[in-house]
Amino acid sequence: MTSLDTSKELNKKDKGIEEGHEDFRLFGLITFLIADGMTFAGFFAAYLTYKAVNPLPDGAIYELELPIPTLNTILLLISSATFHKASKSLLNKKNNDSQRWLLFTALLGIIFLVCQLFEYFNLPFSLTDNLFASTFYALTGFHGLHVTLGTLMILIISWQVRSNGGRLSHLNMFPLEAVELYWHFVDGIWVILFIILYLL
Amino acid sequence: MTISIEPENKKQESIQPKGWLKYFSFSLDHKVIGIQYLICGFVFYLVGGTLASAIRIELASPMSDFMPRDVYNQVLTLHGTIMIFLWIVPVVNGAFGNYLIPFYVGARDMAFPRLNAVAFWLIPPSGLMLIFSYFIDGAAQAGWTAYPPLSITTPQSGQIIWILSVLLLGGSSIFGGINFIATILKLRRPGLKLMQLPMYCWAMLGTSILVVLSTPVLAGTLILLSFDIVANTGFFNPVLGGNVVVYQHLFWFYSHPAVYIMVLPAFGLVSEILPIHCRKPLFGYSTMVFSIMGIVVLGLVVWAHHMFTSGTPPWMRLFFTIATAFIAVPTGIKFFNWVATMWGGRISINSAILFSCGFIINFVFGGITGVALAQVPFDIHVHDTYFVVAHFHYIVYGGSVFVIFSSIYHWFPKVTGKLLNEKLGILHFVITFVGFNLCFAPQHWLGLNGMPRRVAEYDPQFQFVNQISSVGALLMAISTIPFLVNIFISIAKGKKAGDNPWNALTPEWLTSSPPPVENWEGEAPLVKEPYGYGESITN
Ligand code: HEM
Ligand SMILES: [Cu+2]
Repeated sequence: MTSLDTSKELNKKDKGIEEGHEDFRLFGLITFLIADGMTFAGFFAAYLTYKAVNPLPDGAIYELELPIPTLNTILLLISSATFHKASKSLLNKKNNDSQRWLLFTALLGIIFLVCQLFEYFNLPFSLTDNLFASTFYALTGFHGLHVTLGTLMILIISWQVRSNGGRLSHLNMFPLEAVELYWHFVDGIWVILFIILYLL
Repeated sequence: MTISIEPENKKQESIQPKGWLKYFSFSLDHKVIGIQYLICGFVFYLVGGTLASAIRIELASPMSDFMPRDVYNQVLTLHGTIMIFLWIVPVVNGAFGNYLIPFYVGARDMAFPRLNAVAFWLIPPSGLMLIFSYFIDGAAQAGWTAYPPLSITTPQSGQIIWILSVLLLGGSSIFGGINFIATILKLRRPGLKLMQLPMYCWAMLGTSILVVLSTPVLAGTLILLSFDIVANTGFFNPVLGGNVVVYQHLFWFYSHPAVYIMVLPAFGLVSEILPIHCRKPLFGYSTMVFSIMGIVVLGLVVWAHHMFTSGTPPWMRLFFTIATAFIAVPTGIKFFNWVATMWGGRISINSAILFSCGFIINFVFGGITGVALAQVPFDIHVHDTYFVVAHFHYIVYGGSVFVIFSSIYHWFPKVTGKLLNEKLGILHFVITFVGFNLCFAPQHWLGLNGMPRRVAEYDPQFQFVNQISSVGALLMAISTIPFLVNIFISIAKGKKAGDNPWNALTPEWLTSSPPPVENWEGEAPLVKEPYGYGESITN
């Protein structure tokens, strides 16, 4: 980055506050999540179309068990709540509480991923067995990638809210808010995925 | 906050490249990034144009004697992909959008300057990667649409690199779209209302909505396609129980909006250029806004008109024919608005207005063939023939590319402070216009008479008309020469333009040419009537 640009940007940022622009970073993130959601929408549409027009060939195996994904759904829903707790705590300047809630959320994310892997290893079909098997792995895998990324980000911000010298505080909430929004989004997608893949 | 960083700034200032070199270094300035998009896009345009010339040389004779058939397929695929993803989309959106939108909303930069730079710097590597795939195991051969099963059965490395490159370009496009939406909606100067924005802002808002909603679907689809290619899954492979039509649906869910991603910004640019050179307000501002938004909404629900021959059920054909016919309404409104803007105006005949008029004429033609193509009985006859090639070249070349040139003639004085040579500009226009029509008008006839597209060999009865088309292509290639000469001569020793050579009212002209890094000395001007021209004529 060149210096002229730095000074210009700072200048602009100052101007931005002067001219009374609100913080539009969250707006940008929401736009991004809409885009991300459209990727999932495309996958869901493909899956539903396959279901409607491509019958499973004779002898092909595509069976799903409910217990693990149900547990996973509950885990993610709880994790959304605990994340919310974390941001409430930070807002009330309780950085230590916030950090604890964040770590708990990350733990739930990790358990989710472990359960997901456990499910993968115990399924009676593999990636290339048939159309539904492929779509199942693609969809849950793509979602799992989102959970992995989210968990990593939660671990990073949980380090940053530490009370002695962390970057985040009730005055600088944005990174936490951003990850929280992302996490709720990933949970929401899971609920839709759960309904479409497992219940329909 | 600023104070503590100041000394460091001073120290680094010497590193900042001066003059033209700044366009080849990492910068966060929206004006620099805009020009970077334009230069990069133009270089790829020259590559894509060379490939097009190779195609037309091959097609000058009925046999594939200029290059082997599989090379022809690669050239065709690279040509289409480069022209769409590396020339038109980045230039009508990235180049002009970055340069103009902050001016138009009265801001000093885009909402997310860093994201903006990242979006640009994704483009050159993906483009180079795409081109160099040719030297590995041959480039992709399945056309810019990459339909399976063809894309699954042709050599893998080329197709995978194609997918990777299009994914990166799609990412760049999404980042750009997010930035434009945030800039237009959130970064407006206080006191500036939405309905006072120059029309290009509305066009970019609509385009960016389409980008954000549809590009991710293409990305997801291409990821699935890459699994089919490398991991032996069968999403789109009928041999493994997959469904090729699902690919087509997902692909066109992006790619029909993509044609509007290429042409809506061009609509916006023309709406800026016409009022200034005709000295009249833009006719029907609010109908323009509503037709842009109408096109955005309808553009998302017409995709299956590309699939009438894909076993589409009758209800789907009916729905998509009607929806497509409807989209001609807002498009027609915009056409009449441009004509009404020019009507009775004091039109100065210069290169910018000539290219804009060329756009209007060509676009009407392409629009009419488009509506014809949306009619199932007709489309079944001409689908995948040269008629379709003629249709979309009238839109993307006759439309978008003409507007790009018009815009370059119009904004060159702003960017450089110099005037372009009008004689060379008019020469450029004449050769382009004649060459373009000579090249593509005969292709309607070829298609109606059954010449299929995308093949290197054809029935000898079509030879003469193909040769006419090739002569047109030659003219189009030649037309680049006066353009480039003009640009280089004018940069070196063009006449000084002054700050506002066109006496324009839009905000980018209300500052010096070229503009300072901060866009304006002092506060941004509040332009409530960007098109308040012509009082002297009517009163
Ligand atoms: C008035 C509005 C338009 C209508 C009704 C229309 C209709 C159609 C139809 C029905 C087809 C499919 C033909 C076939 O494959 O059999 C088609 C193809 C195409 N159109 Fe349009 N079109 C319109 C405007 C545009 C615009 C604005 C663009 C681009 C900026 C465009 C670009 C294309 C392209 C690229 C194809 C060919 C895609 C391919 O198969 O490679 N069209 N159009
Ligand atoms: Cu279309």
